[in-house]
Amino acid sequence: MKATNEGVLLLNGKEVGFIEGQTVLEVAQVNGVHIPTLCHLKEMTPTGACRICCVEIKGMRTLAAACSTPATAGMEVFTETEKVHKARRLIVELLVSSGQHNCISCEANGNCRLQDLVYFYHIEKQAFASPEVPLYPTDADNPFIVRDFSKCILCGRCVQACNEMVVNRAITIGYRGAKSKVVTGGDGSYMGSDCVFCGQCVEVCPVGALVENKGRGTGRNWETKKVRTTCPYCGVGCQQLLHVKGGKIVKVTAVQDAQPNKGRLCIKGRFAYDFIYSKERLTTPLIREKDQFREASWDEALDLVASKFKEIIGSDGPDAVAGVSCARSTNEDSYNMQKLFRAVFKTNNIDHCART
Amino acid sequence: MTNSFADFEKAKSFLIIGSNMSEAHPVAATFVKKALLNGAQLIVVDPRRTELASMAAAHAQIKVGSDIAFLNGIMNVLISEGLYDKDYVQNCTKGFDALKEKVKEYPVARAAEISGVDQKMIVDIAHRLAKIKPMMLMYTLGITEHTCGVNNVLSCANLQMLLGNVGFECGGVNPLRGQNNVQGACDMGALPGVFPGYQKVDNPENRAKLEAAWKVQGLSAKLGLMIPQMLDGLLDKQVRGFYIFGENLANTEPDIAHIEKVLAGAEFIVANDIFMTETTRFANVVFPAAAWSEDDGTFTSSERRINRVRAVSIPPGKAKPNWWIFKEIAKRFGHDWESSSAREIWDTEISEIAPSMKGVKYSRLENDGLQWPVPTQEHMGTPYLHKDGKFTSGQGVFSAVDWTPPAEVTDKKYPFVLSTGRRLQHYHTRTQTGRSEGINAILSEETVDMSPQDAANMGIVSGEMVKVMSRRGQVEVRARITEEIPPGMVWMAFHFRESCANWLTNPVFDPITLTAEYKACAVAISKIS
Ligand code: SF4
Ligand code: SF4
Repeated sequence: MKATNEGVLLLNGKEVGFIEGQTVLEVAQVNGVHIPTLCHLKEMTPTGACRICCVEIKGMRTLAAACSTPATAGMEVFTETEKVHKARRLIVELLVSSGQHNCISCEANGNCRLQDLVYFYHIEKQAFASPEVPLYPTDADNPFIVRDFSKCILCGRCVQACNEMVVNRAITIGYRGAKSKVVTGGDGSYMGSDCVFCGQCVEVCPVGALVENKGRGTGRNWETKKVRTTCPYCGVGCQQLLHVKGGKIVKVTAVQDAQPNKGRLCIKGRFAYDFIYSKERLTTPLIREKDQFREASWDEALDLVASKFKEIIGSDGPDAVAGVSCARSTNEDSYNMQKLFRAVFKTNNIDHCART
Repeated sequence: MTNSFADFEKAKSFLIIGSNMSEAHPVAATFVKKALLNGAQLIVVDPRRTELASMAAAHAQIKVGSDIAFLNGIMNVLISEGLYDKDYVQNCTKGFDALKEKVKEYPVARAAEISGVDQKMIVDIAHRLAKIKPMMLMYTLGITEHTCGVNNVLSCANLQMLLGNVGFECGGVNPLRGQNNVQGACDMGALPGVFPGYQKVDNPENRAKLEAAWKVQGLSAKLGLMIPQMLDGLLDKQVRGFYIFGENLANTEPDIAHIEKVLAGAEFIVANDIFMTETTRFANVVFPAAAWSEDDGTFTSSERRINRVRAVSIPPGKAKPNWWIFKEIAKRFGHDWESSSAREIWDTEISEIAPSMKGVKYSRLENDGLQWPVPTQEHMGTPYLHKDGKFTSGQGVFSAVDWTPPAEVTDKKYPFVLSTGRRLQHYHTRTQTGRSEGINAILSEETVDMSPQDAANMGIVSGEMVKVMSRRGQVEVRARITEEIPPGMVWMAFHFRESCANWLTNPVFDPITLTAEYKACAVAISKIS
């Protein structure tokens, strides 16, 4: 028996069920039918801006945007007709000619939805000419995000991410028609605007219009290994995807659909990862001699600490030593430290800065 | 947190008190803001007009340190108008009568006078809070970093129990933990009174259990020292050997000048760190440690979620994992610890010792981790505690608490209240964010944030260098003039050494937790030229 809020429609001639409120795109996704998207952003209000998800629906004169068309009972949907492909191909051709889509040097090469579509439709020559001079100059005066407007396809995903996902409300679509542009308040650069550099807009950009500055030129998408981990900064515990090439992190993105962050990160989680490569890292045990430190071997330094602690405990008892653990390091590190104090030194003088 | 971050997006009503989530827990704040776009109600109680305050249905701009008076005033309205959850109070809680008597001493007029919030607004907020259930209460260090920190926390719990909001999805009392693994460090027993999993050290059964697990004898029953007591111990030579793992005490403790004197006079200091810091300068031995992403392990977030961290790069030079360093010291005392990886430590020790984590094994942590308590390996974790008002300890207990002012209040000589905290772009003493390319370009120096009124009265313009003085010290810092700050208050962070707020803060502590009163001390401001 079907619940009242369920229905059935025909998808490419096959009967499929749906739940009221689902869009045609969602029904297709659930049933393994691929419909390309550019502007669509999961869980956000569909904008229908790019039309690349167009499908044919029996009885409708024009093609419909699958992302914003609600599924209805008895609907007959076709996703692969000649009409559909012709329309999609034209959209792609127009997008390609809208700017300077130079894949060879583009940071998004291999990770670009427009490139995927050009490839899919075998578009080898540009059908229309691109403007010779980009309408708007690139914004790169901040350390983290490069905004290349000549690659922007105005899908609006960044605007949606900024306004609906992270609700920082720093950008919107400005100007009109052919002059349209993603703008900050007052159309200045990100620096000095309301932008808080969470990088969410970069995360959702389907092309190479918004790219991360720090990782530029350090590794292509297909060269990097992706490793899930947890952000080392605040107590939210956001899940990160480290993009690693040659044992080095070149970029950090958010894990999609993960608890607790569901694809989001903040400025620290996204951009403050490279401190581990600082030249100032400590690389050897150090022992103080008067006012100077000198390098020491592990054995020498460990022996010194052990003998000094033994001497103190021997003469003044275990409570003459105390330790402060680290609220930034791992559980296993803290566990071993308290075990050292309790099981070995026999004191409960172990604390950490739970209070800052 | 009693509840989960996943609730934030779904909640219909929030009370956020003493938390500037947009800066201190930015991703958590995005879900609150999203809920607001969907029509949720937000009440913010904070001396500063934070981003969330500016989006709130009501912002009670209380005076620094007046939280209890304000909350008692709210509860006075709820009780006298009969707007609280009588069934819940009767069935799930104890101590209501004492609370009722206590809040009688805080009629709206008195609460308004102490907190500086308009009487009408107090009544309106009480009505709003009673109207939508459940309501989610979140707080951060604005509640705890006071000499009355514990009482502040109890007040928040009182309110939520009175409204019948503890034990439900999208409700609860939710302290957002500051650091990534401050929850975990507590869970692991890096606290003077408890073994891993909050098993009290003064309980002989617990000691016997741990003695068996660790194959040792004679675990100490005596409560250990908390950090401020350790520092006092260093001063009077009761503590002779001091081991500092990672913490940059010389910048993060209140009254830096005093702390440095203590550290300089210590007999023997050992430090594990990844960089030389203001604190390691005082060490006798410094061990180079592996950093985040150079070692496997787990962090436990605010929502009690145990998450994996994974190694992707190799520690520089001879740097080693911290757990290894502790193990090596133990070895030199004749203790051979078997575990030789983070995974082994967790699977064979921690999860065997801590009952609330018994069901957590690394093999179960591949994706979204698990939220303790996880009593068995079949258990799927606990998204919210005290389900349906059935408190783990039986019944929820009300605590009648009185308002007490901060230890140091303003006077003629020091006419401003200084409150402190962190900013979005940097983290703590900047040992990490300061070395991550680009962050310094976004936020390059500390400022003292002050109100336009005070700035105008003193003829201070935005960006001008000014002197901020307290009884403990003084700093020179640029003024940032902002509507976020009410007259009579100034605000600073502790990210930059020279202008660190902790040259000024007051080393006075909550009597129970010994949390310092970072949120309130008295300062004077003067122009430099
Ligand atoms: S970085 Fe974040 S705040 Fe800035 S424009 Fe992008 S999404 Fe908005
Ligand atoms: S990404 Fe930002 S919000 Fe998330 S855990 Fe890291 S510091 Fe916290």
